[in-house]
Amino acid sequence: MSFLIDSSIMITSQILFFGFGWLFFMRQLFKDYEVRQYVVQVIFSVTFAFSCTMFELIIFEILGVLNSSSRYFHWKMNLCVILLILVFMVPFYIGYFIVSNIRLLHKQRLLFSCLLWLTFMYFFWKLGDPFPILSPKHGILSIEQLISRVGVIGVTLMALLSGFGAVNCPYTYMSYFLRNVTDTDILALERRLLQTMDMIISKKKRMAMTRRTMFQKGEVHNRPSGFWGMIKSVTTSAPGSENLTLIQQEVDALEELSRQLFLETADLYATKERIEYSKTFKGKYFNFLGYFFSIYCVWKIFMATINIVFDRVGKTDPVTRGIEITVNYLGIQFDVKFWSQHISFILVGIIIVTSIRGLLITLTKFFYAISSSKSSNVIVLLLAQIMGMYFVSSVLLIRMSMPLEYRTIITEVLGELQFNFYHRWFDVIFLVSALSSILFLYLAHKQAPEKHMAP
Amino acid sequence: MASLDRVKVLVLGDSGVGKSSLVHLLCQNQVLGNPSWTVGCSVDVRVHDYKEGTPEEKTYYIELWDVGGSVGSASSVKSTRAVFYNSVNGIILVHDLTNKKSSQNLYRWSLEALNRDLVPTGVLVTNGDYDREQFADNQIPLLVIGTKLDQIHENKRHEVLTRTAFLAEDFNAEEINLDCTNPRYLAAGSSNAVKLSRFFDKVIEKRYFLRDGNQIPGFPDRKRFGGGTLKSLHYD
Repeated sequence: MSFLIDSSIMITSQILFFGFGWLFFMRQLFKDYEVRQYVVQVIFSVTFAFSCTMFELIIFEILGVLNSSSRYFHWKMNLCVILLILVFMVPFYIGYFIVSNIRLLHKQRLLFSCLLWLTFMYFFWKLGDPFPILSPKHGILSIEQLISRVGVIGVTLMALLSGFGAVNCPYTYMSYFLRNVTDTDILALERRLLQTMDMIISKKKRMAMTRRTMFQKGEVHNRPSGFWGMIKSVTTSAPGSENLTLIQQEVDALEELSRQLFLETADLYATKERIEYSKTFKGKYFNFLGYFFSIYCVWKIFMATINIVFDRVGKTDPVTRGIEITVNYLGIQFDVKFWSQHISFILVGIIIVTSIRGLLITLTKFFYAISSSKSSNVIVLLLAQIMGMYFVSSVLLIRMSMPLEYRTIITEVLGELQFNFYHRWFDVIFLVSALSSILFLYLAHKQAPEKHMAP
Repeated sequence: MASLDRVKVLVLGDSGVGKSSLVHLLCQNQVLGNPSWTVGCSVDVRVHDYKEGTPEEKTYYIELWDVGGSVGSASSVKSTRAVFYNSVNGIILVHDLTNKKSSQNLYRWSLEALNRDLVPTGVLVTNGDYDREQFADNQIPLLVIGTKLDQIHENKRHEVLTRTAFLAEDFNAEEINLDCTNPRYLAAGSSNAVKLSRFFDKVIEKRYFLRDGNQIPGFPDRKRFGGGTLKSLHYD
């Protein structure tokens, strides 16, 4: 009886999450596009729903809600479904939509998408070889095999994003890094841009007129296309078309210049807006936060280095350590069991919410930057895949932040994975990502002012 | 050669609708083989015979400014784009017949381009909502072009074309629906080619033949002149 009640609670919450994913998809991601393939939207929402359910189960675990055996059952079921989606469904549909975009292969879409999926499975399997993640006693098609590989990919992604985020956050918040941009700079650049456009126009006018006179005289301009075209154009060519090719090359160079100038001007406008924003209250508040975050970032890099160098893996979670410190050193006595439950709930809850929110925002930004009307389906599915893997590995890593008594369920459900390996791997990738982001931002920052000062 | 008079026409629309292919087709009478992302603005020139076939025939250069990007771009990109909207003589609005959102975004595109010209008068346009009166006031000729006609299935064609007819009416503009990868839609003598020609003639007339008190946009008296001259220009 209680099992039924528990299951109905779980299903209701899953439907809620599904609805939220659906809305997010429609309102945020696909704002400017028309949804023609509802499959994509459904897959995205389903992935989101099942990922959130996992987090919900963790919270229920801490709070002790629902029957313990029904929790275990739902864990297993959820995990199976998510793995099914991430390893079978989403990659298959990604292959299918990629193939649909290519006109040549349109006829045998299913065949080619199956081929693509098989290639994906092969590489996915090979991924497990260089990592010491499994004990040899597991069978070939067990959950542990799949989870371990998904975990590796997901942890890499998480570490990359955290590393970059940890460095980028103070860089964007703090106004110390803002370059000084005046209105005259912008006007000068705009003038250059318009001058370049005028030069392009005058050349294009010449080309258009030449083409027109050639057309009236009955000559035809064959642009040298392909290898044989180039050979032919060396020997036989009307003087008009030679002229055209020359001018076309000049125009190409000028167009490249105009693109550069456009991007630089947009950059200057963005910097100017940031300068104005930093003078407001909100801007000042974020600037202040930026200083905090930079300290936090430095500390995290330091800790990651220490962990790697001294081969140290934390045994206790922050909650228990915090309580130990307060009890032993500060002498404050309180009910350990009661407080550890509530504090870990709050801590884990905050971690979950911020990571979901951060991921969704990052995904949206990414999507706007790189998608077009043709590739939007493929990109959304890729994002769904990344999201699923990210959330699965979050569950893996969050285990470390929870007190021992709550860890057992995760250990039971996920099987005997080498959890320590994942933490070590996270530290390594985090370090690499943070350091290369620092280098990258430093170079980008150095290069920009020199460009603008050029006459 | 460069001594011919010129007019400037903007080509606006969401990314991926086919503006670059369209401009290439209009200016070089060839299909664009490898369309790629337009960063910033790309320009092309079309040589147009104004009032072709009559004794007053004269050749003009029509500059087609194909501005890339989307309506939802960052405001820094929008400010940069605004530099291209100076002294515009005509606007071609391009939308994708297979994507309804691109048609809806045309209102925002036209407001973005037209606001640039209205700013000097100090007339504040609020929050970008579509307002028919702003378009009734507009002196700049508009043309609405729908692309990817070949991808619309036969039985849906009627519904799509009705929708686009309403759209063109809202803008008080002519409309053309075509496929940019097929030059036969703009073949000489076809109704599309005639509409295009009429549009360019209208743009040239507005620029060069109505200098009496009607030239500067935002001139407060233009409403008086606008109504009268508009009627005489309406070909039908």
